[in-house]
Amino acid sequence: MWQFFHKLGSPKWFFGIATRFMPWLLAAGLLLLAAGIVWGLGFAPKDYLQGNSYRIIFIHVPTAFIAQSIYIMMASAAVVTLVWRMKLADVFVKAIAPVGLVLTFLSLFTGAVWGKPTWGTWWVWDARLTSMLILLFLYGGAIALDRAIADEKSAARAVAVLLLVGVVNIPIIQYSVEWWNTLHQPSTFKLTEKPSMPAEMWVPLLLSVLGLYLLFGWLACLRMKTEILIREQKTRWVKELVLAGRG
Amino acid sequence: MNAEVRPVIKPATASVGTLAAMLAVFSRDVRVAFRQRQDLLNPLLFFIMVVTLFPLGVSPEVAFLKQSGAGILWVAALLSVLLSLDHLFRHDFDDGTLEQLILQPQPLFLLILAKTAAHWVLTGLPLVLLAPVLGVMVHLDGNSIAILCLTLLIGTPVLSLVGAIGAALTLGLRSAGVLLSLLIIPLYIPVLIFGTGTVAAAAEGAPVAGYVALMGAFLMLAVTLAPFAAAAALRISLSNS
Repeated sequence: MWQFFHKLGSPKWFFGIATRFMPWLLAAGLLLLAAGIVWGLGFAPKDYLQGNSYRIIFIHVPTAFIAQSIYIMMASAAVVTLVWRMKLADVFVKAIAPVGLVLTFLSLFTGAVWGKPTWGTWWVWDARLTSMLILLFLYGGAIALDRAIADEKSAARAVAVLLLVGVVNIPIIQYSVEWWNTLHQPSTFKLTEKPSMPAEMWVPLLLSVLGLYLLFGWLACLRMKTEILIREQKTRWVKELVLAGRG
Repeated sequence: MNAEVRPVIKPATASVGTLAAMLAVFSRDVRVAFRQRQDLLNPLLFFIMVVTLFPLGVSPEVAFLKQSGAGILWVAALLSVLLSLDHLFRHDFDDGTLEQLILQPQPLFLLILAKTAAHWVLTGLPLVLLAPVLGVMVHLDGNSIAILCLTLLIGTPVLSLVGAIGAALTLGLRSAGVLLSLLIIPLYIPVLIFGTGTVAAAAEGAPVAGYVALMGAFLMLAVTLAPFAAAAALRISLSNS
């Protein structure tokens, strides 16, 4: 197990593994996502309350779900950065932070698009929307800090501290936003409460969540490979790789 | 008879106790601050000015001010603490004091706790003392003002403590001020929500003890955890420069 752990610290080893796995991730991800979205948008039954407009759920939920889990992944990698000083953990955090930001934005955007026909307004200061917005701020802060520090190692460790502080705060923020919401906003709007989703709805939803996860994995590998090439550009194996690519 | 006379000057090798070191850091920070009084006054002036902007910019009507006065005061206090955070480590960083602080045998997080306490005494506490005057100006009633001051008294130390993490992370960076705000504002949200929420609950006549206790819990969490994070961040920032 420790050997695997040490290997994981080697950018070169990861580069090889990622290159091998990426086509599979991409193919499986696209397949699942396509299946989930085509099924969800084309064939799943209409919602009896919201009609066809609910179908954006097949895009909204995967983005929101993964946007939240990316922060947890980043915080876990932050622990690795601080405790074991593993290079690859730094690369991972740096590579996926912008992905998390974009997915959070997408989930807010699709939420707004969904909100217009359902609630009659683009934005509601609802607890979930507000905490997603705060998540967007947290991503933005982490990326801004990373960009502001010139030295790579210090940047990675500073971001790691920030991420850990953020992850301690997320439950507190979530809780206080919910409390704030019930205090300031008597239930003018409510998510239409569905009596447990039928299988024709949640199976395509699950497919698109899994598909987007795999696609995220592919994108993370791609971005990590690019970052590794930049960081290791002075090493021999990168030079050989690039020369071989040219020849 | 004079066997009890002790040496006046302690040997230089004698190590200072942790508490004594904390006290020394605290009193040094307070003394340094009082030698540059204008720096002490600036966040207070900023606080008053931001509060003034709301009646001018939104509405001077009594009903509006009564309803949102506590929120306005809280936001203004939050911003002025945010503005003063840049000073927390900056001067010590520039003249090398901070490096000496890190080299001390005492645990760094305790020294940071002392520094943060000094920061609160110099910025947070004056804001709390000034709040009643501004509270009257935004037409809050007596009970609301008392509750507001209580929440500020518990909440502003949290602002200083959490802010210390951001100040330590952004130390020595270009445009540290804006970056500091970006990092810290999301973390301030719970304190703001509970600070204003407590006053709102008091205005409706609801019992506030539970809310105050929750704010106290925030404070305890910040006192116990934030200095560690700030110490780690400070070490990273100093190894960076």
